[in-house]
Amino acid sequence: MKWSVENLACRRGQLRILEGVTFQIAAGEALILRGPNGAGKTTLLRCLAGLTPPLEGQINAPEDTIAYAAHADGLKAQLSVAENLAFWAAVFESDPDSAVENAIAAFDLQALRDRRAGALSAGQKRRLSLARMVVTGRPIWVMDEPTVSLDVENVARFARAVEAHLAKGGSALIATHIDLGLPNARVLDITPFTKLSGTHTDDPFEEAFE
Amino acid sequence: MIALLRRDLALAFRAGGGFGLGLAFFLIVTVLVPFGVGPNSATLGLIAPGILWLGALLACLLSLDRVFALDWEDGSLDLLATAPLPLEGVAVSKALAHWITTGLPLVAISPLLGLFLSLPTGAMPWLILSLLIGTPALSWLGTFGAALTVGLKRGGLLMSLLVLPLYIPTLIFGAEVIKRGADGLATATPLAFLAGITLGTVALLPFATAAALRVNLR
Repeated sequence: MKWSVENLACRRGQLRILEGVTFQIAAGEALILRGPNGAGKTTLLRCLAGLTPPLEGQINAPEDTIAYAAHADGLKAQLSVAENLAFWAAVFESDPDSAVENAIAAFDLQALRDRRAGALSAGQKRRLSLARMVVTGRPIWVMDEPTVSLDVENVARFARAVEAHLAKGGSALIATHIDLGLPNARVLDITPFTKLSGTHTDDPFEEAFE
Repeated sequence: MIALLRRDLALAFRAGGGFGLGLAFFLIVTVLVPFGVGPNSATLGLIAPGILWLGALLACLLSLDRVFALDWEDGSLDLLATAPLPLEGVAVSKALAHWITTGLPLVAISPLLGLFLSLPTGAMPWLILSLLIGTPALSWLGTFGAALTVGLKRGGLLMSLLVLPLYIPTLIFGAEVIKRGADGLATATPLAFLAGITLGTVALLPFATAAALRVNLR
């Protein structure tokens, strides 16, 4: 699925962080988002995911096509690996059995499927959290540093999962500091769009909460 | 929505889920009152409706800060907000799960506690009925308060201050139903008010809860 972002301005809290972000992603393409810490990668991704409304500009993607993977794993410690995935399959209205099985196979979670998520290692939790993206069945993956706490073997496994997703006509926007080993991925440096001056204070409701 | 409700119920009943917290608190309050007030059953019977409703209300309040805080901390609230389920639906399932794990057990155990407080037998059906009709309002109002304070460190105090005034009408009419029932008077008016408050909160507050969540998730 082809989608694009035009002249997007995003904020984080009261601060206007990004301005004029423009890019296009074609079907089957991955875009790697780079930039130093604090450049606004997470801000951009949260804006694309629909959590923060953009200040200006527009996101030209059909509704309900973006799946977002955040820094936090978003797992329930008391539920098993399979139960966590089955929950998201139900929420995203995917086929509960095949979606969960595909996700478990893609991230090699078969041996862990009945273990409580709370008893997993950090890397295993990460894999479970990434497996959720397969379960959503959405064509656009927007991911925030997905390889944190993954070992080399599992970074490769993640890259294969992204490639499989791209081969099916999906697309991915991935903020990362390491080389994922995706051969055809373009790189977008976010630094030119970063703007750290000026505050955004036209929303009194927001002010009351911060 | 059903998936979220089922997940929340499963979490509540598993280890560390907090089911029974409100129930235990309700039990403690009503069991301790006779020790403080004295065993005179006439006095106890007089204050029983108020004590029972107050206990139920505080028990509800006790478990409210878990409604959204746990999902906020582990990041699943962000992910839920980007899911196809509208936040209004999230609000309804959360409130319903809170009521099933907190309000419903209180309703079930209330006749026993009414007995502890020498509540006249004639008032028992009214006790159950008023709690059954009134406690959903406590859960829905509380979910709204929890949404307003989600993400705030130590937001529990602020939430209690925000929510308690909203609980007052339910408390007044709920206790009034039982008092009138005990005296053999007509209970239709306070019961209608109680039901009206509950229906109003159930219909309107999910929208306010979702709006508060949207602001807090930015």
